[in-house]
Amino acid sequence: MATVAANSATVAHAEEHDHHEPQSFWRTYIFSEDHKTIAKQYLISGIFWSIIGISLSVMFRLQLGFPAMKLDFLRPILGNWINETGKLDPDFYLALVTMHGTIMVFFVLTAGLSGTFSNFLIPLQVGARDMASGFLNMLSYWFFFLASVIMLGSLFIETGPAAGGWVIYPPLSALPQAHKGSELGMTLWLISMALFIVSQLLGGINYITTVINLRTRGMSFSKLPLTIWAFFLTAVLGLISFPVLLSAALLLIFDRSFGTSFYLSEIYIKGEALPNVGGSPILFQHLFWFLGHPEVYIVLLPALGMTSEIIATNSRKPIFGYRAMIASMMGIAFLAFIVWAHHMFVTGMNPFLGSIFMFLTLIIAVPSAVKAFNYITTLWRGNIRFTPAMLFSIGLVSFFISGGLTGIILGNSALDIQLHDTYFVVAHFHLVMGAASAFGLLAGVYHWFPKMFGRMLNEKLGYVHFWLTFIGIYLVFFPMHYIGISGFPRRYYAFTSYDFTKNIFADMNSFISLAAIFTFTAQWIFIWNFVYSMFKGRKAPQNPWKSNTLEWTAPINPGHGNWPGEIPAVYRWAYDYSKPGAKDDFIPQNVPYSQTPESNLPHENELIGLEKEIEAQNLNDQFKQPH
Amino acid sequence: MSELVNNITLVEEPEETLSMNPRKFILWLFIVSIIMLFAAMTSAYLVRRAEGNWLEYAIPSIFYYSSVVLVLSSLTMHWAYLSAKKDNFGNLKIAITITFVLGAIFLYMQFLGWVDLVNENVFFVGNPAGSFMYIFTGLHGFHLISGIIVLVFALVAAFRLRIHAKSLNQIEIAATYWHFLDILWLYLFFFLVYFH
Repeated sequence: MATVAANSATVAHAEEHDHHEPQSFWRTYIFSEDHKTIAKQYLISGIFWSIIGISLSVMFRLQLGFPAMKLDFLRPILGNWINETGKLDPDFYLALVTMHGTIMVFFVLTAGLSGTFSNFLIPLQVGARDMASGFLNMLSYWFFFLASVIMLGSLFIETGPAAGGWVIYPPLSALPQAHKGSELGMTLWLISMALFIVSQLLGGINYITTVINLRTRGMSFSKLPLTIWAFFLTAVLGLISFPVLLSAALLLIFDRSFGTSFYLSEIYIKGEALPNVGGSPILFQHLFWFLGHPEVYIVLLPALGMTSEIIATNSRKPIFGYRAMIASMMGIAFLAFIVWAHHMFVTGMNPFLGSIFMFLTLIIAVPSAVKAFNYITTLWRGNIRFTPAMLFSIGLVSFFISGGLTGIILGNSALDIQLHDTYFVVAHFHLVMGAASAFGLLAGVYHWFPKMFGRMLNEKLGYVHFWLTFIGIYLVFFPMHYIGISGFPRRYYAFTSYDFTKNIFADMNSFISLAAIFTFTAQWIFIWNFVYSMFKGRKAPQNPWKSNTLEWTAPINPGHGNWPGEIPAVYRWAYDYSKPGAKDDFIPQNVPYSQTPESNLPHENELIGLEKEIEAQNLNDQFKQPH
Repeated sequence: MSELVNNITLVEEPEETLSMNPRKFILWLFIVSIIMLFAAMTSAYLVRRAEGNWLEYAIPSIFYYSSVVLVLSSLTMHWAYLSAKKDNFGNLKIAITITFVLGAIFLYMQFLGWVDLVNENVFFVGNPAGSFMYIFTGLHGFHLISGIIVLVFALVAAFRLRIHAKSLNQIEIAATYWHFLDILWLYLFFFLVYFH
């Protein structure tokens, strides 16, 4: 009886909430504390950054594929970085690869992916009104925005943006006199990244707190959708590894601007000895890769989580090995912290230490294989619906496998000596981390666009976009393996000096460049579809994919607080698809077992008795607390 | 891996979601990130020290005294918390004020420690052994300033009688953070003394 009274009180309270004063334009769309708006802000920023990031790669692909080409037509954009003879400035080539890496890894696949979908899906799928702290969430986006402005600004300064590679190894990055890109551009890079780290920490702290504290009634950890598990573990990885990058960047800032010698030792420039003694450049690599390796999984795990959800929904089958999926993600997250030195096999490290890191690295193949196996077994004999999101998810599995296989090769310290810093490495991580995560991002947009904007994306354009991108990416990165094995080092401006680079593989490089331009062009189909559908797309139904998770129980355009009235309680896991005996081929998480006697298994019938207890639970409803 | 699987056994009974205050939880996560920041710094110190070419110098004795001051401030902070719990507003105000003053004295003593270092010819610029000393004390000092800002908010709240036995969140957050900064300094200090 008390429960009923409490429930009606909540409804009354929630109704009051519907009558909140409409907020000003600025508070609703710009400085919003609503997780859905912040997610859209992240998504649109991410799309903006990906256009810039991929454009930069197309520019250097032109240089690599067609070294004799006159690039005068780029002068309106690049100005004096195209010299009088119509050639790309070699210094700026290095800046292009550096900024491409930085933008794609951090601004697109970390902020654009985690920022968008963790923000959007965590409250909606765990059944919360909003993030634990809307204010910190808003702060997180605006720190990211500030970092973006500074990074974007650094593209336009006279000495050019940072050019030491996205890994910014000292001493090159620590000495402003070493290189044009190590002057102001590097300083701006460090400031921007420091702000970016703050943004990621604020966001990550919020994600973890929301998942742990604000789950709705009945939403135990063993009923969480795999998306939430993935976002949660991603946030934990970020929380532990980003402060280490901050330490590394801080020491680098002191070396650059205050004259300390953490990373600098006995260096001569133009015949003159620098005063710095006693530093260790390898120290930076250790600190950097302690972040750098987990960062790979920060990029990949959210994509894998969303893929689990999309593949199960569109195969109309329960995800195969739910608990094995969680365990493998935990295994990957744990191993991520103890493999960083496999990026440093050629720094002269002790070969015995190298074999330990090789061993740990190869173990990652086990949880990764578990995941790939579970995706395939979920698809196996499923009632597959090839929606665009499903195609992109299957594409992700394909990239994850073909890119992961070369990871086993590169993880061997002996083989890595030959392949280190060649295009083989470039091909490997672009497939397994770049393309796979980008496909996860695209799959997520296709799948959750109806929830975000209340409209559907055009499916036909989605299919065209998928096939052109999928084929394009393999055309770009498959030949790159051959180029790498034959000995092409990465980050080189031109390969015109040797017969084998000039005569034998030049056509392959041109082919890769053409494929890259082709793939980039195909993305405009998506961008047009995205913008058009946002305003003119077909109106979305309540549950377009017939999915089980909680976000589809919220109104088509969820308002402040996501659910009018009470938040639904959760009684079952998120993967009751095609359950034998059931009326429909899906049973949403908020349907109690007492309503589905026809499909219950014996142990589930026993759970009916617990439903009252679940409903009586203390609800972590933010509307019931003063705010 | 099998252990991991076992840990995630399906819960067959309704489970209350964690009822910790989200703000307190956020503080603990924030503390985790600070721990990682300093873990990175101290491991960098060890890695660098193992490479040799390491400047030996005496740690200024004032750091011993400042450590005592900071431990004292932790005690007064706890006194403030206990007073708030008992609704003893007079003691609460006194205790928070003393904590605040001790925090400020600590910062000044750290600064004097830097002066001593300079007199010893150990500079920020030079051998990393000295630079690390400045980085550790400076970064900790920076975090302590943030702790003092949290304390000022608690102080204002205490004077406006917004902290009492039924509204302890703010003082608990301030106290947890303050004790953490205390323990962090003791860790850094023992670390510096031991690995000198």
